Amino acid sequence: MSSRRTETGGGRIDRSRPVRFTFDGVSYSGYAGDTLASALLANGVSLFGRSFKYHRPRGVLSAGVDEPNALVTILRGEVRNPNIPATMVEIHDGLVAESQNRFPSLAWDVGAVNQLVGKLLSAGFYYKTFMGPVVGPLRGTRFWMFCEHFIRRAAGLGRAGRMPDTARYEHVNAFCDVLVVGSGPAGLSAAKAAASQGGRVILADLDARLGGSANWSDETIDGVPAAEWAAAQVKDLKSRGNVRLLPRTNVWGYYDGNTMVAVERVSEHKERPNKGEPRHRQWKIRAGTVVLATGALERPLVFPGNDRPGVMLADAARRYANEFGVLPGEKIAVFTNNDSAYGAALALKKAGAAVVAIVDVRPDVSPEMRDLAGETEAELLAGHAVTATEGGKALSGIKVQRFDMQGGSLSGAERILAVDCLLVSGGWSPVIHLASQAGAKAEWNDSLQAFLPPKPAQKWVGAGAFNGSFSTAAAIVEGHAAGIAASGGTAAPLEPPSVEATPCRPEPAPVLEIGASGKSFVDYQHDVTAEDVRLAHREGFVSVEHLKRYTTLGMATDQGKTSNVPGLAIMAAALGKPIPEVGTTRFRPPYAGVSIGSIAGSRYGDLKPERLTPMHDWHVAQGATMQPAGLWWRPQIYGHPGETVEQAYVRETKATRGAAGIVDVSTLGKIAVQGPDSAEFLDRIYTNTFSTLPVGKARYGLMLREDGIAFDDGTTWRLGEQDFLMTTTTANAGKVLQHLEYYLDVVWPELKVTVTSVTDQWAGAAIGGPRAREILAACVTGTAVDNAALPFMGIVHGEIAGVPVMICRLSFSGEMAFEVYCGADWGTHVWEALMEAGKPFGLVPYGLEALGAMRIEKGHVTGAEIDGRTTACDLHLDWMLSKKKPFVGSAMMNREGLTAPDRLQLVGLVSLDNRPLNGGAHIVEQVDDKNPRNSLGHVTAVCYSPSLGKYIGLALVMGGKSRHGTRAFVSDPLRGRFGPVEIVSHHFFDPEGSRMHG
Amino acid sequence: MAEYSALALLKNALTGNRDWKPAWRKPEPKASYDVIIVGGGGHGLSTAYYLAKEHGITNVAVLEKGWLGSGNVGRNTVTVRSNYLLPPNTRFYEFSMKLWENLSHDLNYNVMFSQRGVLNLAHTPAQLDDFARRGNAMRHEGVDAELMTPAQIKRLIPAIDISGNARFPIYGGLMQPRAGTARHDAVAWGYARGADRRGVDIIENCEVTGFLREGDRVVGVTTTRGDIRAGKVAVAVAGSTSHVMRLAGIDRLPIESHVLQAFVTESIKPFLDTVVTFGMGHCYINQSDKGGLVYGGDIDGYNSYAQRGNLPVVEDVMSEMLAMFPSLAGVRLLRSWGGLCDMSMDGSPIITTGPLPGMYLNCGWCYGGFKATPASGFCFAHTIARDEPHELNAAFTLDRFHRGILIDEKGQGATPRLH
Amino acid sequence: MLITCPYCGPRDVSEFTYQGDGNRQRPAPATKDLGAWNEYVYDRINPAGDHNEIWQHSSGCRMHIHVVRNTLTHEITDTRPARGGHPASRHHGAKS
Repeated sequence: MSSRRTETGGGRIDRSRPVRFTFDGVSYSGYAGDTLASALLANGVSLFGRSFKYHRPRGVLSAGVDEPNALVTILRGEVRNPNIPATMVEIHDGLVAESQNRFPSLAWDVGAVNQLVGKLLSAGFYYKTFMGPVVGPLRGTRFWMFCEHFIRRAAGLGRAGRMPDTARYEHVNAFCDVLVVGSGPAGLSAAKAAASQGGRVILADLDARLGGSANWSDETIDGVPAAEWAAAQVKDLKSRGNVRLLPRTNVWGYYDGNTMVAVERVSEHKERPNKGEPRHRQWKIRAGTVVLATGALERPLVFPGNDRPGVMLADAARRYANEFGVLPGEKIAVFTNNDSAYGAALALKKAGAAVVAIVDVRPDVSPEMRDLAGETEAELLAGHAVTATEGGKALSGIKVQRFDMQGGSLSGAERILAVDCLLVSGGWSPVIHLASQAGAKAEWNDSLQAFLPPKPAQKWVGAGAFNGSFSTAAAIVEGHAAGIAASGGTAAPLEPPSVEATPCRPEPAPVLEIGASGKSFVDYQHDVTAEDVRLAHREGFVSVEHLKRYTTLGMATDQGKTSNVPGLAIMAAALGKPIPEVGTTRFRPPYAGVSIGSIAGSRYGDLKPERLTPMHDWHVAQGATMQPAGLWWRPQIYGHPGETVEQAYVRETKATRGAAGIVDVSTLGKIAVQGPDSAEFLDRIYTNTFSTLPVGKARYGLMLREDGIAFDDGTTWRLGEQDFLMTTTTANAGKVLQHLEYYLDVVWPELKVTVTSVTDQWAGAAIGGPRAREILAACVTGTAVDNAALPFMGIVHGEIAGVPVMICRLSFSGEMAFEVYCGADWGTHVWEALMEAGKPFGLVPYGLEALGAMRIEKGHVTGAEIDGRTTACDLHLDWMLSKKKPFVGSAMMNREGLTAPDRLQLVGLVSLDNRPLNGGAHIVEQVDDKNPRNSLGHVTAVCYSPSLGKYIGLALVMGGKSRHGTRAFVSDPLRGRFGPVEIVSHHFFDPEGSRMHG
Repeated sequence: MAEYSALALLKNALTGNRDWKPAWRKPEPKASYDVIIVGGGGHGLSTAYYLAKEHGITNVAVLEKGWLGSGNVGRNTVTVRSNYLLPPNTRFYEFSMKLWENLSHDLNYNVMFSQRGVLNLAHTPAQLDDFARRGNAMRHEGVDAELMTPAQIKRLIPAIDISGNARFPIYGGLMQPRAGTARHDAVAWGYARGADRRGVDIIENCEVTGFLREGDRVVGVTTTRGDIRAGKVAVAVAGSTSHVMRLAGIDRLPIESHVLQAFVTESIKPFLDTVVTFGMGHCYINQSDKGGLVYGGDIDGYNSYAQRGNLPVVEDVMSEMLAMFPSLAGVRLLRSWGGLCDMSMDGSPIITTGPLPGMYLNCGWCYGGFKATPASGFCFAHTIARDEPHELNAAFTLDRFHRGILIDEKGQGATPRLH
Repeated sequence: MLITCPYCGPRDVSEFTYQGDGNRQRPAPATKDLGAWNEYVYDRINPAGDHNEIWQHSSGCRMHIHVVRNTLTHEITDTRPARGGHPASRHHGAKS
């Protein structure tokens, strides 16, 4: 392959540092500083990829983030990063890249057969067919699904890996007074001005090398080459303590309150990241003011064959020549509607290319441009257009014809020019994406043929080409003014610097398409042609959003950066309306594609905190099977070798009911409710009364939501006159706290009460069973625990193994039971002391399964029954509804819908076929396993009841209480379990409570 | 207007695709109609279609403020399912599913309905029981549902992390095989074309600015394109419901407008063949035929009409997606956007006559309106034509909130951000 | 979005929990008028424009604040402690 590297030039590459890399398995070499695109071009590679629909061969169109064609997959071991523009990949030794969307190879791709039926695959063709037969096995939507199977396999670009990505991604927060986005002349000037005002400044640029267009513009600024000027500015900024420079950083999102999000490519340009270095780092920058100096992107022209490898944006070609020392072609032509491409032609001429012709759609070309054309020694074909390109997978020639700009017609003889590279320029589109994201509508400027930024809806100022000010001198002046304004300063305007540049008037001719026969591409990647746009027009999809959606114009990975305005122009022409009447696109985050990993940061492996009780390690050491319960991990069973789950919990339950058991209840929500009005507050929050509760006693309480639905239950302990400890269910701890805080802060601010979450401050163990009191007596000091000192619902303070504890006699298991609380750090110490004391009495630890079994036997409700739809009456807790006072929910709990007779009510179930029941099974009067129907309700909780020797459950059943004693069936088609049950009271075990009252 | 078919496609290809006609006309509004439908989104268009098809009412105008389908029908994550817990919802959405299954034929427009299944992942035993309850509720209403084991899930979705090491291990999942995805824009365009072919006037760029009244009765609308009178005025404007109803003097409704963001990645080769949802948070994901992963999460959680969300939810959704698929960290987010959700106070919709004489209201779809499009239009058309609800929307009244007859699928009460 | 907590200063929206429409006034506890309760719980103005709403600084001081925020632009023009009671009726938000 020929080397396209120039002898000299290329300010970005380091010719002393060769770099070796592979593309599609072939080894190439480039230089440090090269992008994959520049290095491959230097090696004479022209074919980079295949298009989405027609699999047409494609080269490289641009030199930056707007690249639609040259997409590659980068491999690092088994980790695949698909669809990366080769123009944005910095090469390093060992880089492995491969082309995509081709089979079997990039050069010979069978998918290219799609080109043969191109007319059939016109925009939106899939809406009109694939509907299949109305009857038969492929009726309904099945024929489509059959076809879709193949379409899916043909679609898609690169392949994502299935192995977890091993790279690190991290988040950083930053704050600054001024964030400057873009480091071209305008951005550098803005950053310097802002920095001089003393504020904190961040300057970010997508590129690895700061300086933007100054790095390849051929201009001089204040007498030095622009690239040197830029380097000096960067050096100056670097030396300042109040400036942070962020190269390789895509500022992709403009969110409310000037919250800017950026992703920095930290290490992917290195062969090996430094220790601890992430691949990407997300910067969340809260900026006082943002300076948008994001420049402009060049647009291609739309003409037949404009996608052939070798057709390149004029400024990109200039950039390859000047910045990378790479000639994209040896015999080039230029096709333009504006002045800027003449400068590019001259740059390529200087770099060593022969410029064959400059084809300009404008009949009248200014004398300055004629002079420039003369300097390039090119034939100037004013009032001409390119009508076709020739060649296979690389450009070999172009066809040129006389062109009438007014009518768009072609005339005269067709000339064929032999060239290997065609530079195109259709004018420039300011990069207004971030301003548009910030919430306002872009404005069309007819003379610039471009959308200009809207008036700021948030705190930003614009500068340079972003504003449509395309000259470097203006950019520097505007940048300075923007930097001062963004800092709140009022310095005098900057004297314009002396800039030596090729002359260039920014206004392009209003021509973006040459209508000639052949496929003319508007959106390269998605293969949207000018004909597709006109078809959309014919079918009435004329607004910009319909156009995009119907043709997929602008929906590819380049997000329409090069295709948006040409597409609109073609539609506007078809409609005979000006461009703004077709509509403007609202840009949305991200500006350019951004890795999901960078946005997730380090969170995804550890999405939410894991909550562990103080005794967690003890449970694990004892062989407990741990089970997630919300964010918590709790013991399910403490299984013995060879035991099933059921055998384990039955053993634990029997041991508890026979002697004693202990369970970790540290996860219960605990809220300290304190202050002079605490009792009054609780009276308003709970359905029952707490102001009458004596100090040293606890009471079971029920809360409703304002709408009258049951919310949460738990016991609340009165520790002092103004000091309560509320317990909540594990699942609702946070919600209950928020509920209390809302009423105290918003509804009753006059109440003197504070609420504090103390869930994590207390460790809790519930010890229950006929021997529980003896165990406590054996280890508690400083207080008696007999019935007199510690009656049902009584509270005492004492010590266990030298640690202060608080003990309340209450029962969830239905046994004589006590909850023992101590400081969280002492949890394991106290737990072990209780276990030790319990040894002689046969104390066993039990897990969630046994806890569940015992609560089901007692008919206690939990979150499965208090499910946000049930009322106190539904749960037979109406005895807790005070009639003497209003409480939250009391006004609304008796509405007609909440008291209807057909509501689901809590019942007990007994399995009549001696087989286990399933949670989530439904209840029916008549089983029909083929055609299950007429559900009466569902099973909320199930267990084997050792006390009854039966499989039992709780259920919510329509008209529940009236069905006691009747027979029904569980119907569980999901798990194939059907069988008879008896509906009974939910109080299975010791309904009088004699065991717990002792 | 010509039927769409493979043959038509071939014929037109041979003539350079020059003979295709507009998918729907662009008529000037007439002075009066039998029925005006305010809102040219999915529900408004399907209502017009079924008014014409099922009830023979064709003197109908659909008024759209902007371009047709510019609301949520073109902004959603395209999931179609009927995996609901509560019977009024299950029945309604299952009816919708049945309409979906034949919709492309019915409309002569390929809406690309693809029954690739919707799988809800369960991460705790309690959650799996919950899913079993819902799956059994579906089965008792004649809807398909299956429980899947982790091993079955891994076979279906090879890239999913079912290792016990995951922060939220997968205990199983609830699958509705008949659920799936459809092409959202095609649904709007297909209904528009279908209604247009039956004589309905679809009028874009026509914003309703007020209601014409005779006493209490609504007799038409004022618009940016003049006054239009109508025997019946139906409102189906989703997130703009409060705004439009205020023009009729209805100041308060059980509706809050919230913003929901959605996301799509760059195109990748087939990676995920089903719709999958994450159970410890809120994240749902599918892969489009073009190859982009389409996904979303919770609403931002505050009132908004901005069609623009904020970063915290973006970060949440990305984290949850990677918790399911840790190999996707390097794949790039390509686009994000926001839609307005008409969040009702119990999370279920409203399709009703009233609240004023001559008026009909369809709203409260939260962020699940897309899958309802066929049934919503069918039932709303019935309600408009007959002045009484269809049995499938009889429960979706406006007064159910005050009466306490709520259809609270999530059990969260009157907290719209949690539905 | 940045919300200025009157207790803590400007903080990211992710530190806050939305508690809904701040125009709503809870009826006096003993009120028997069911309509008033229903309106309080279910009915919303839901303006497209300035909205008076309540947020809790849940990952901060946990206090509740009244916020006036434009629902079309997300611009926040006023924040004050919820404890001060209902802000002046100038922010009913019914106009839009």
